[in-house]
Amino acid sequence: MQKQNKFLRGIRHSWQLYVLLIPALAYLLIFHYAPLYGIQIAFRDYNPGLGFTKSPFVGLKHFAYFMRSPQFVTLIRNTIILNVLRLAFCFPIPIFLALALNEASNARFQKLVQNLTYAPHFISTVVLCGMIVSFTSPTTGIINTFIQAFGGKPIDFMGQEGWFRPIYILSDMWKDTGWSSIIYLAALAGIDPSLHEAAQIDGASRFQRILYINIPGIASTIIILLIMEFGKMMSLGFEKVYLLQNSLNLPVSEVISTYVYKTGLLGAKFSYTTAIDVFNSVINCTLLLIVNKISSKVSETSLF
Amino acid sequence: MNKKVYRSEKLFNGIVNVILGICGLLALYPLIFVVSASISDPTAVNSGKVVLWPVGFNIKGYKAILKSKWITTGYRNSLFYTVAGTAINVSATLMAGYALSRKDLYGRKLITLFMMFTMWFSGGIITTYLVVNKIGLYNKWYTLIVMGLISVYNVIITRSFMSGSIPLELQEAARIDGCSDFQIFGRLILPLSKPVIAILCLYYGLGHWNSYFNALIYLKDKNLQPLQIFLREILVQNEAVNMSSDALDTMIERAMMAQTMKYSLIVVASLPMLIIYPFLQKFFVKGVMIGSVKG
Repeated sequence: MQKQNKFLRGIRHSWQLYVLLIPALAYLLIFHYAPLYGIQIAFRDYNPGLGFTKSPFVGLKHFAYFMRSPQFVTLIRNTIILNVLRLAFCFPIPIFLALALNEASNARFQKLVQNLTYAPHFISTVVLCGMIVSFTSPTTGIINTFIQAFGGKPIDFMGQEGWFRPIYILSDMWKDTGWSSIIYLAALAGIDPSLHEAAQIDGASRFQRILYINIPGIASTIIILLIMEFGKMMSLGFEKVYLLQNSLNLPVSEVISTYVYKTGLLGAKFSYTTAIDVFNSVINCTLLLIVNKISSKVSETSLF
Repeated sequence: MNKKVYRSEKLFNGIVNVILGICGLLALYPLIFVVSASISDPTAVNSGKVVLWPVGFNIKGYKAILKSKWITTGYRNSLFYTVAGTAINVSATLMAGYALSRKDLYGRKLITLFMMFTMWFSGGIITTYLVVNKIGLYNKWYTLIVMGLISVYNVIITRSFMSGSIPLELQEAARIDGCSDFQIFGRLILPLSKPVIAILCLYYGLGHWNSYFNALIYLKDKNLQPLQIFLREILVQNEAVNMSSDALDTMIERAMMAQTMKYSLIVVASLPMLIIYPFLQKFFVKGVMIGSVKG
């Protein structure tokens, strides 16, 4: 009785706030929880007439089919390689940029460089890929103009699979290095200035202060972002890969998300590709938990 | 300060400035090149004579774009999706963010968990597509506006801002004066939330303008497509711009113009964002910072 009263009183007290929450919660229910409920079709043979719950149950058939399919190894390998490269090259650069920006002696110059490096973030992925296609064109592209000016032979960048990964990584770097550095700059601004004063009195050089004060000062931010990157390992941004794909680079550019889109939506194999999605999420989750565990052991920083 | 320390200090500053200068130039160069190529003589663009500054002067590329039916359709659609979508996104986000910022909200923990859960677990594109189809949202003029109504991340930013920078005493005082929660939200919280409203407008606005994926999946009708879809056809898939015959005189001129026109198109498509960016850049930065406090 007492408990029920508390519940009713709570509801009555907050009802106006619940009204404010309705759009957001309804949206999440329809567009996130309903699809989540729908992933059971990974274990069924989905039939649009029967819906999510009534389609015949087939157990792990689709998972087994995926793991035995000839694409399995290629897809996993392409997805992992592209992500590991991205992690190795695109993850550390913003940290260096933030450390350098933090040392700039002239405030106006610092602001200018910040503004310039943030700008590419505002360009859309489609436009970025359009720029890549134009710049790398073997006949009119600016990159080949430079290569020829230095006596080289023009290279058909988009026509060779070997160039797909470097192009992907370098353009990612151009677009987001500046933007990603903001969060580290914020962390650097939070370091206690008295640490620097003390180190200065002890005769530490600027470089030593970066090494022993700034880097340890932002280490926990770096680790948290790194863990989150690992959690996204298998679900690489679909847009850019899909846009840069062509028949010539397909052997290295076909990743899980593009395969799911093409086979699932364009080829209408709903159950099969949902199984791939589920497989993917399980790996993502496992990776996140493992990295989080390692990190909490080694550095005492963790997400949860 | 002794001389040796002074010299090493100077050397250090020099190295830092050179590194930063290189970073800035690398970020800037492709942008300058695109603008230069878009207003240069097409012959110079095709033969690789444009390297940094414009060579010759020509705005036929821009003229041709403005005459292309699909580009103007896409531009209009994108403007509509961006303005209407952002307005609805921001409203829903502010409402949810405010409710969650109230510590006396009954069931606050549960509701927060309900929201945060979706950041980590999702149904994937296939089942989302099936749900969207089922509820009849496929290929409608409002599809792109309803999809992505809120981003949970932005709700959290809003919540952090409202609970962090609006004094609780103000709300208490308003309640004692007999204000309802709706009144407190509308008359007290919203006027004090201008910084976070600016951040939300920018985040959602940028998202709508640059978004491509949802249109690719959920829209079929060409008349509904946003600009980004047409950009893909022209810039990435190299399809010819469909234009009226009087825009360009001959086939040869058309072929010559292709590259210049692409650069003009990149400028026109990125212009809205690149124009507002320098003015509002500090808000974006602030958004990242509020977000990073309670990630």
